[in-house]
Amino acid sequence: MTPQGNFMILAPIVPSREAELRGLLDSMNEAPGRVNPNNPLVPFAQFDTLHFARFVILDDKNVGDLRFYGLPVRNYPLYLAFLGDIDGEEEAFLNELVRRASDGLRAIFSCCHGFASDTDLMAWMNLLRSPASAAYVNTRGRTVRRIREEAALQDAIESKLASEAPSFEGRPPREIHAQLKRFVEAEKSAGRLTLSGDEATPLGWTIKKMLHLIGMPLLLLLASPLLILIAPFYLFQLRRLEKTDPEPYIVVDDDHFETLAKAEDHDVTNPYSALGTLKPGLLRLVTLRGVLLVIDYATRHIIKPGRLGRVRTIHFARWVMIGGTERLSFFSNYDGGNESYMDDFINKLGFGLNIFTSNGIGYPRTDWLLRGGSADERRFKEFQRRHTVLTQVWYKAYPGLTAVDLERNTRIRRGLESSLISEQEAREWLALL
Amino acid sequence: MTYGLVDYADVQGLVRFGYGRMTSASYALVRVKDVAAAKAWLRAAPVTNAIEKRPPPTTALQIAFTAPGLAQLGLPPSVMEGFSREFRTGMSKDYRTRLLGDVGRNAPEGWDWGGPGSEPHLLVMFFAEPEHFDSFVQSTKGNTWSDAFEEVISLGTSNLDGDEPFGFADGISQPDIDWDEQRQTPCKQLDYTNIVALGEFLLGYRNEYGKITDRPLLDPDATNAELLPAVDTPEKKDLARNGTYLVMRQLEQDVQRFWNFLYERAGGNLAEAAQLGAKIVGRTRAGDPLVPIQTEPIAGTDPRTVKQNQFTYEADPAGARCPFGAHIRRANPRNSDFPERRIGALRKLIIILGFGPKGFYDDLISSVRFHRILRRGREYGSELSPEQALQSASPNEPRGLHFICLNANISRQFEFLQSAWIANTKFSGVTGESDPLLGNRESISGCPVTNNFTIPGDGALRKRVHDLPQFLTVRGGAYFFLPSLRALRYFARA
Repeated sequence: MTPQGNFMILAPIVPSREAELRGLLDSMNEAPGRVNPNNPLVPFAQFDTLHFARFVILDDKNVGDLRFYGLPVRNYPLYLAFLGDIDGEEEAFLNELVRRASDGLRAIFSCCHGFASDTDLMAWMNLLRSPASAAYVNTRGRTVRRIREEAALQDAIESKLASEAPSFEGRPPREIHAQLKRFVEAEKSAGRLTLSGDEATPLGWTIKKMLHLIGMPLLLLLASPLLILIAPFYLFQLRRLEKTDPEPYIVVDDDHFETLAKAEDHDVTNPYSALGTLKPGLLRLVTLRGVLLVIDYATRHIIKPGRLGRVRTIHFARWVMIGGTERLSFFSNYDGGNESYMDDFINKLGFGLNIFTSNGIGYPRTDWLLRGGSADERRFKEFQRRHTVLTQVWYKAYPGLTAVDLERNTRIRRGLESSLISEQEAREWLALL
Repeated sequence: MTYGLVDYADVQGLVRFGYGRMTSASYALVRVKDVAAAKAWLRAAPVTNAIEKRPPPTTALQIAFTAPGLAQLGLPPSVMEGFSREFRTGMSKDYRTRLLGDVGRNAPEGWDWGGPGSEPHLLVMFFAEPEHFDSFVQSTKGNTWSDAFEEVISLGTSNLDGDEPFGFADGISQPDIDWDEQRQTPCKQLDYTNIVALGEFLLGYRNEYGKITDRPLLDPDATNAELLPAVDTPEKKDLARNGTYLVMRQLEQDVQRFWNFLYERAGGNLAEAAQLGAKIVGRTRAGDPLVPIQTEPIAGTDPRTVKQNQFTYEADPAGARCPFGAHIRRANPRNSDFPERRIGALRKLIIILGFGPKGFYDDLISSVRFHRILRRGREYGSELSPEQALQSASPNEPRGLHFICLNANISRQFEFLQSAWIANTKFSGVTGESDPLLGNRESISGCPVTNNFTIPGDGALRKRVHDLPQFLTVRGGAYFFLPSLRALRYFARA
């Protein structure tokens, strides 16, 4: 199995070059929200281990929200984030980036601080890597290659069934299964279909995963006497803050909404980039750090493929602290429109949203971190829209396919690869076609 | 728990009644020509309220406004800001058309009304029993109508005895509004119910989340003394209380194309064509659902429609009886907050954490109670039976549906329903198809084919109907605000 990795370069933009940078990024699109996958700057389509990529100017329009705590507005640098979700190791992918898109990336990064004409691109990117505190992968091991092969398989079966419908009609499920299995084998032999086998899982990755699996609970166990001691004070203070934190309700402004909406819904999947400032004080920072550790642990070891709680529409998601400990960003690739994404979250995974986002300024009031919060639907929807930043450039390696589509195709393939299939299994498999 | 909250005298009757007995109706879409004359006309207009009268009235008048209409009447921008973004920016806004499927032949540029440059200000709806209709319209318009307004278009309606133009019984299922707010909100619902919170259909009351939807609140002054106070902010006046949003779309239906397509695919057999039509709609032409009626009652089901409404799709998880993509299954999936019922706290937790049902088609659809609409549309054009439709000689005059629905939150109710369920080519795990009746068949990025319709088999291979033509074309549309009678007087004040 090839595990999925991710990369993110976070670079402060030279203020005088911002307009130029925006122009460069826009030049990678055919229209807002529609990337040219073969654009000359970063020809995304050439990278066959790249699932998603995006360039985002992290334009924080809400830095002023610190005023609700009587604190002065912070003057953060304006960052450019370049991030992607990949198969395999980050290092290898960055090397490929340098190989294929050196000129384009140099042009883009030359608008950022500390990048000169003689800068070593790879060394520079390595320096500005901004690792995720936690990351979600819909289905670990499902590479871009596999996704494309399985989509081609589904297409081939679809065409076969369409062109020879009468020969399948009324046949028992197991017979159809066997018939299609023969067809797929023949297609593979003829070189028209490829279904690559699983690659070996990198040993280093497996060892790291095992160490993390055991290490984290061990650390927790070691720290537990201290944690139990602190717990009452922590909970008391948390409750006090939850009841007294300012809860400003600001409706997102129409222009910002329109800018975001114009770039959305060009594919069945949309990018989501959000950025917000943490509530001041150590407690919120510690809470967030703890929560991110839990999310990280859960996404690595616990959750089932294809399901983030009950949500089945997210391909990849990531939590990253931006330039220190004061701001958190969240990036995801989700299926459907923003409204349905948010409804899914509120109704199916409200607690999961509350537990990290409630540490941000202006979030609707929560009860014990889990309850309330996003259940205040209108307030929550305005909060999230206000904190969404425009994703300037967004690439997806498999347009038109949702995470559920990918799951279907994988199930179709797996069903074909098993030679012994029960009547019930055959019926369930047939229902996927 | 509070009783008798709603002052029916303040609510336009359309929220409570469909005026079924008044089989004649027309919709005047107008622009304000003279503000003073328009206001004077509005002040005198006999707008019908929601009080139940015995004997029932024979005529009714309802009035709704677009955002440009309210602006034209002088509503200040600071107040306008309080209305929802969808209402303020309008149905034909560019980014919205992609969401609603109003592209290709449905694009607003080709609309008869409501598109760029032809947005109405007001929707004036006349309802009457046929013998009273003409005189009612005439007397209601009076002498000042043409001084006050210029008509963008006047839309007639027809009475097809409860059928929509394709010939299927329509308007069978409607949500039951919890007028007395007896049901507790919010709560996790494990059963599908037809009862929906008052605040989903009337502004100023609690919605399914137990919250009150945003709307314009005013500081009290001499001009708005008559308006009711806001429930959640009593020091403010609630301009929208007892009002709601009205969505109107003119949907032209190509009845000939529809029946010719079915007939051809059914190999020239009309009975089989009707069966295929039933799979597409999700009901037979008589209105009977394709899944059996359950014995267990569903709260809020009108006792008169039990035989056609007391069902969910729980017993049809594979879509073998009613296809996933059937029109009524898309429009109202009849599900609840959880994929399983009668479950304990532990099972609930297991499901929430994602360790619940493992089947491919399990738990893919959002809980329906946040996405209900109240339909109040009417048909137009003459009746054309399937037999007539199949005769090539019959003239294909325009016919269709003036779709009208009421909801308190356009984006969460109408727009969600239209985009995530009706127009979605990925609804419920199925791909390559949108609503078989309403879909625009336009290809989308990475999906060249969206014109299929899948009829799942019961342990057999599904039947996939290919190359569905576009049966329905959007001819116009707009978002309106249907104000309370108090708010109407406020808008019309001199």
